[in-house]
Amino acid sequence: MLGDARGSDDAQDHERKLSDADKKNPEMNKPLRDTELLPDDDGGPLYAAGKKIYPQSVSGSFRRIKWILMAVCLGIYYFLPFVRWNRGLAAPDQAVLIDLANNRFYFFFIELWPQEIYYFTGLLIVAAVTLFLMNALGGRVWCGYLCPQTVWTDLFYAVERLVEGDRRERMRKAEEGWSMQRGAELVLKHSIWLMIAWWTGGAWVLYFADAPTLIKELVTFQAPMVAYIWIGILTATTYTLAGFMREQVCVYMCPWPRIQAALTDEWALNVTYKYDRGETRTSLKKAAQLRALGEQVGDCVDCNQCVAVCPTGIDIRNGPQLDCIQCGLCIDACDNVMTKIGRPTRLIGYDNDINIHRRMEGKPEVFKPLRARTVVYSGLIAAIGAVMLYAMLTRSLLDLNVLHDRNPVAVRLSDGSIRNGYTIRFLNKRGFDRVVAVDVDGPPNAVIHVVGSDSITPDRPMIILARDTTTELRVLVDSRPQSEEDLAPSTPVKFHVTDIGLGEVATAKDVFVKP
Amino acid sequence: MADHAHHAEIDKVTGTATTGHEWDGIKELNTPLPRWWIWTFYACIIWSIGYFIVYPAWPLMDGYTKGLFGYSSRAELAVDLANLDKVRGDKMAALATAPLAEIEKDPALLALARAKGKVVFGDNCAACHGSGGAGAKGYPNLNDDDWLWGGTLDQIEQTIKFGARSGHDDAHQGNMPAFGKDGLLTKDQIVIMANYVRSLSGLSTRSGVDLAAGKQLFADNCSSCHGDEAKGNPELGAPNLTDRIWLYGSDEATLIETLTNGRGGVMPAWTGRLDPATIKAMAVYVHSLGGGK
Ligand code: SF4
Ligand code: SF4
Repeated sequence: MLGDARGSDDAQDHERKLSDADKKNPEMNKPLRDTELLPDDDGGPLYAAGKKIYPQSVSGSFRRIKWILMAVCLGIYYFLPFVRWNRGLAAPDQAVLIDLANNRFYFFFIELWPQEIYYFTGLLIVAAVTLFLMNALGGRVWCGYLCPQTVWTDLFYAVERLVEGDRRERMRKAEEGWSMQRGAELVLKHSIWLMIAWWTGGAWVLYFADAPTLIKELVTFQAPMVAYIWIGILTATTYTLAGFMREQVCVYMCPWPRIQAALTDEWALNVTYKYDRGETRTSLKKAAQLRALGEQVGDCVDCNQCVAVCPTGIDIRNGPQLDCIQCGLCIDACDNVMTKIGRPTRLIGYDNDINIHRRMEGKPEVFKPLRARTVVYSGLIAAIGAVMLYAMLTRSLLDLNVLHDRNPVAVRLSDGSIRNGYTIRFLNKRGFDRVVAVDVDGPPNAVIHVVGSDSITPDRPMIILARDTTTELRVLVDSRPQSEEDLAPSTPVKFHVTDIGLGEVATAKDVFVKP
Repeated sequence: MADHAHHAEIDKVTGTATTGHEWDGIKELNTPLPRWWIWTFYACIIWSIGYFIVYPAWPLMDGYTKGLFGYSSRAELAVDLANLDKVRGDKMAALATAPLAEIEKDPALLALARAKGKVVFGDNCAACHGSGGAGAKGYPNLNDDDWLWGGTLDQIEQTIKFGARSGHDDAHQGNMPAFGKDGLLTKDQIVIMANYVRSLSGLSTRSGVDLAAGKQLFADNCSSCHGDEAKGNPELGAPNLTDRIWLYGSDEATLIETLTNGRGGVMPAWTGRLDPATIKAMAVYVHSLGGGK
C-alpha cells in the first residue's frame, strides 16, 4: 500500500514536530475521541454515534423563568387562532389569520394585502436586530428561553421525566433493558409526545382558516387534504426534532450559534463558569481541611451537577462553547449546591471574561450594557419600528397604480390632439363598495376617459370599486395644446381618485408624452 | 485510504486528532460528524434511486426512461389546459351571448374581453399592427380615432371577421387606383394632385403649383370615393384626407407614389380561424385601445 511508506514518513515527521513543550504536556497528545466507526490507525472515527443525554431536573430562578416563558409561548401558539376580532360582516372574525385563498393577512386591527408584504420585511429586520441586541446584552437569550426548538424539547424532556423518572432512573432503566414496565412506560411517553406533536401540527393549520370551522371539518374528515398533510408534516417534525434530534439541531443544524459567535463581543454577558472563583476544584472535605489551614481553594466542589442538568450534555466549566444554548439551568444547579455548602451563589452566572480577569487582578466588576452596539441596535429598532408604525397608521385604504402604455406611448388624433393611454389599477381596501371619480391634471386642456365608463358618466368618469379588491381599467388622457410649443415632449400628469361619499382622495403621478 | 494510514497527529491547540489531510501546511482537524448525519445522507441516496425508478430519469438513444409513475409534464399541461377551459367555459359563454354593445358596460365582461383580446391580438394581429396596435406604414394605428372601415364596435367586428380585400366574399372591397401607371393622370397632374391633397390638411405646398387645377382634378377623379370635401368614406375604405393621420405618409414623394401605383393593403378574414366569441373579445379589445367610436 502506498500509504505505508507515507505513513512512516509522517510518523517521523510527527516525532520531529513534537517539541519539548509538547513532551512536557502529554495530556495534549492524548487522542480525545474513541474509535467507533471507520477506525483508521488511531485518527479517530469520521462519524460518531450520538451521545444520549439524560438531563436531571433542577429548580431555581432560571428554571422558573423557563417554565413561565414556555407557558406563555405555547399558550400563544396553541390558543391564538381561537381569539376573535370583529371586522364587520364582510371579513373574517379571526384575530390572526393568513387567508391564502384570498391573499389577505389579518392581524387584529391590521389587514395586509400581498403588495404590502414589505411590512413583513420591516418586521423581520426588527426581529433580527432584536436578536442582535439580546445577544449583545445577554448572549443566547433566544436559544436558552424562546426558540421553539428549546421550548418543545424542554416540554418533551418534562414528559420524559414524568413518565420514566429523573436522570438516574432513566439511565438505570436504559441500561437494564427490556421489561414489561419499561415497555409500558415507553409506549406512554411516545404517545404523549405524539399527542403534543399532533396538537402542534393541528394548531399550525388553524392559522390558515377559520379555526372553529376547520376543527369541525377536521373531525368529520371534510377538511381539505392539505390541512391533513400539514398536520402530518408538523407532527412528524415536532416529534423528531423535540423527541430525538434535540441538542443535535442546535449543534449541527442551526445557523444561529455560528452567527451569534461572530456577533458577540467581550462585554456581552454569557452563562459563564467563574473559574477565578471556582478553581482549583476541590472536594468538599478536602476544601474544608485546606481552608482550615488558611489555604486558597476554589469553590467548585466538582459535583458535576452543572453537567447533569445540561440539556446539551456539556460541561460549562470548559468555557464558552458552541453547544451551550445558555438556558441557565447549570446556574440553578450550581446555586443549589453553593447554598447547601454555604458558599456564595452564582459561581456559574451571567458574566464575561473581562470581569473574570478584573476580579483576578483584584479590581471591581464592570458591566457595560450601554455600548456603541447596544445603542445602535436600540436606535435601529426604534427607528424602523417608528417608520413602520407611521406607515401603518397613515396607510391609505384607497390607492391607485398607474402604468403608462409602452406601445404606442402616444397617439395623435385626427383633430391634432394628443392621446396617452394608461392602465390604472385601483385598490379599494375598505370592506364596502364605493363610487369614485377619476380626474386628471397636468397637460393643457386634458380630458380623461375611462374605457367602459364613458357611456355612463361622460363628463367626469365615475367608477365603482368593489370592496376589498383591485380593479384594473384602461384610462385615456387627451390633451389639446394651443400650439405645438404649448406641450413639452414630456409633461408630468397627476391622477386623482376621489371617493364621492367619504371624500377620501388618492393621487398618482406619471408622465404625458408627445408622439 | 492511503491518507488515513498514518499515526494520528494531535493538534496542539485544540487537542484534537487531525485527519492526516494536509494542504500547504494546513491540516484538517477530525471533528467527527454525528452518525445520524451519515444515515440521512445514505437515506437521501436511496431516495434518489427510488426517484430514478418512478420518474423519467435517464436519457436513452431514442427517448428516455419513462418511470413507473408514467409522469409527463406535457400530459400535466394538457390536464391543466382542459381544466382551464372548464373554468373559463361559463365566462366565455357569457361573452359569446352578450350583445357587443353591452360588453363594455359590464366591468367583468369588459375585463374578460380585454384580457382575452389582448392575448389573441398578440398572437394574430401584432405581426402587422404592432403589439400595442400602434401600426406601421401601411398598417393602421388602432389607437387613434381615424378608421378606414369605421370605428364603431360593429364595424370593427365586421372588419376582423371578413377582412379587407381578403378574398372573403363579405370582405371590404375597394382599391386606390393606380392613376399614373394606368395612364389616368399625367405625371404633372399627379404632382399637382399630391400638392393639392397636402393643402387639404394644412400642409405646405410646393410654390408655383396650380392648386385650383388640383381642386378640379380632385373633383373629377377622387371625390367619388373620398367625398366632395375629402372626408373619406368608410364604406369604401377611402381615408379622410383632411385630418393629420396618414397611413402611408403625407410627404409629396409618398403621395406621388400612392397616386401613381395605387394602394390596396390586405387585412385577412379571421372568421373560420377564430371562434365568434374570440372575435368579439378582440373587437372589444381593439375598440378599448382608445380610438373606438
Ligand atoms: S441553536 Fe438554533 S435551534 Fe438551538 S436553541 Fe439556538 S436558535 Fe434554537
Ligand atoms: S452549559 Fe449550562 S447554560 Fe449551557 S446549555 Fe448546558 S445547562 Fe444550559
